[in-house]
Amino acid sequence: MIEQKQQEIVEEFAFFEEWMHKYEHIIELGKEMKGLTDDEKKDELLVAGCQSKVWLKASLQENGTVNLEADSDAIITRGLVALVVSVFNQETPQDILNANIHFMNDIGLVSNLSQTRSNGLAAMVKQILLYATVFQAQQKSN
Amino acid sequence: MDNDTLQHNMKELRNQFPALNQTVYGRPLVYLDNAATTQKPQRVIDSITEYYTKWNANIHRGAHYLANASTEKFEATRSALAEMLHANFREEIIFTQGSTDSVNMLSTILENEVNEGDEIWVTEMEHHANFVPWQVLAEKKKAVFRYVPMAASGEWDLEYAKKELGSKAKIVAFNYVSNALGTINPIHELIALAKNAGAYVVVDGAQAVGHFDINVQALNFDFFLFSAHKMYGPTGLGVLWGKKELLEKLPPYRYGGEMIKKVSVTGTTFNVLPFKYESGTPNIEAVIAFNESISFCKEVGRENMHAHEYSLLKTATERLKEIEGAIVYADLQNKVGVLSFNIEGIHSADIGTLLDQQGVAVRTGHHCTQPLWEKLGTTGSVRASFACYNTIEEVELFIAALNKSVNMLR
Repeated sequence: MIEQKQQEIVEEFAFFEEWMHKYEHIIELGKEMKGLTDDEKKDELLVAGCQSKVWLKASLQENGTVNLEADSDAIITRGLVALVVSVFNQETPQDILNANIHFMNDIGLVSNLSQTRSNGLAAMVKQILLYATVFQAQQKSN
Repeated sequence: MDNDTLQHNMKELRNQFPALNQTVYGRPLVYLDNAATTQKPQRVIDSITEYYTKWNANIHRGAHYLANASTEKFEATRSALAEMLHANFREEIIFTQGSTDSVNMLSTILENEVNEGDEIWVTEMEHHANFVPWQVLAEKKKAVFRYVPMAASGEWDLEYAKKELGSKAKIVAFNYVSNALGTINPIHELIALAKNAGAYVVVDGAQAVGHFDINVQALNFDFFLFSAHKMYGPTGLGVLWGKKELLEKLPPYRYGGEMIKKVSVTGTTFNVLPFKYESGTPNIEAVIAFNESISFCKEVGRENMHAHEYSLLKTATERLKEIEGAIVYADLQNKVGVLSFNIEGIHSADIGTLLDQQGVAVRTGHHCTQPLWEKLGTTGSVRASFACYNTIEEVELFIAALNKSVNMLR
């Protein structure tokens, strides 16, 4: 499923030839995302990013999948966050941990995900994997 | 502008900087991140290549042709720096890894000068590199860490300093030019206060050395520091200048290599200045190539550079203010070519991302000055900073790209 969702995003972005249209789409995604209320944007939900803030909330649901909610104070980051959430949301910890994450590179927005600290996305993906690890351990102990 | 002499030779000047002549994302590069680091002229690049092609040898110790040749070139840069800063003695010039390294070195060797209850002063607009080492030193020595506040206008509150900065002050460390705002600070007044108090004066010149001439004697500094890469030189190289009698009296910083005179099992004696503070094999090629940046600045003339950059700043500021919701920080007369701004309701990182896509390189964020932005009630800004090779056409490209970005983000 994660792979399929990534494919869909890659195909969606293949339509945009101009950088502007790509970014306009991301900005649109950012504006559309439900995000978190101001009360929910607590410091303990912050994932470390250098410039724009990213908040991430994760919980393990009864059906064994992970629910993700997130937000950012910068609109482009918010759009990228929406993409990341859409890929991982409602998946099992096992599937999240097994996933090969390639869509960010494929759509040509983050050429070097692990080394860019400007948008906090690398940290966000890492944080999701961390949550998935913890949730998987919880499932095994139950 | 009549006194803008660089404008006439701009093509020739830009041709000296190969990195400027390229496209990014298919657009001509407009490099406006010069306060972070400047591009390098061909002669600096050539000098590095030449060093490894012809002169590579470890300096100061080898008794052979190459070692002597590279030592001579290395020491020639020290002499050029002594001349550039109007230092009394060439051995007052210490090579470090950069401004941050210089401050860390200073805050370590000054440790024994600070006692419990003494005060260490900085200002609210310091780069973290000239803030945190002093804060840590104060904590370590149970000294009081104090700062000269900054007004919302981007100026120091000197009245506060006049009232509060007294004989308890042991070290007063501050920047000549703010990296985040570009303001040229009224250092004469603060130096006078610090000297009256009997404190050591430490001046961070990282953002100043590329824009105007500095006379460390006339300005009565005790210590002055900067990085080579902000004045068209190589990265990984900094300078610490200190008054000879102080550097002679203070303890060494790192131990080993060139800084040692004699080692025996019963004890070790240390070398004289400047070697006392230059342990290990230094960044030889950077030091040698730096001489080319020094002569480049001298030939172009810092006055000419500053006049040109300032005229770009003026135009950019005027054009920026035409954009709805533009907030210009430190919109003052006494500035280098740094334009720090925000657009109401838009995150600086978003503007930076879209400018980048259009080939315009700026810096966004807090620029390592978090206390400053806390005072200004925000978390950061977009910073466009000009160097001698930027043009009025680039200012127009930047403003056009900015307008496009703002329209997309609104």
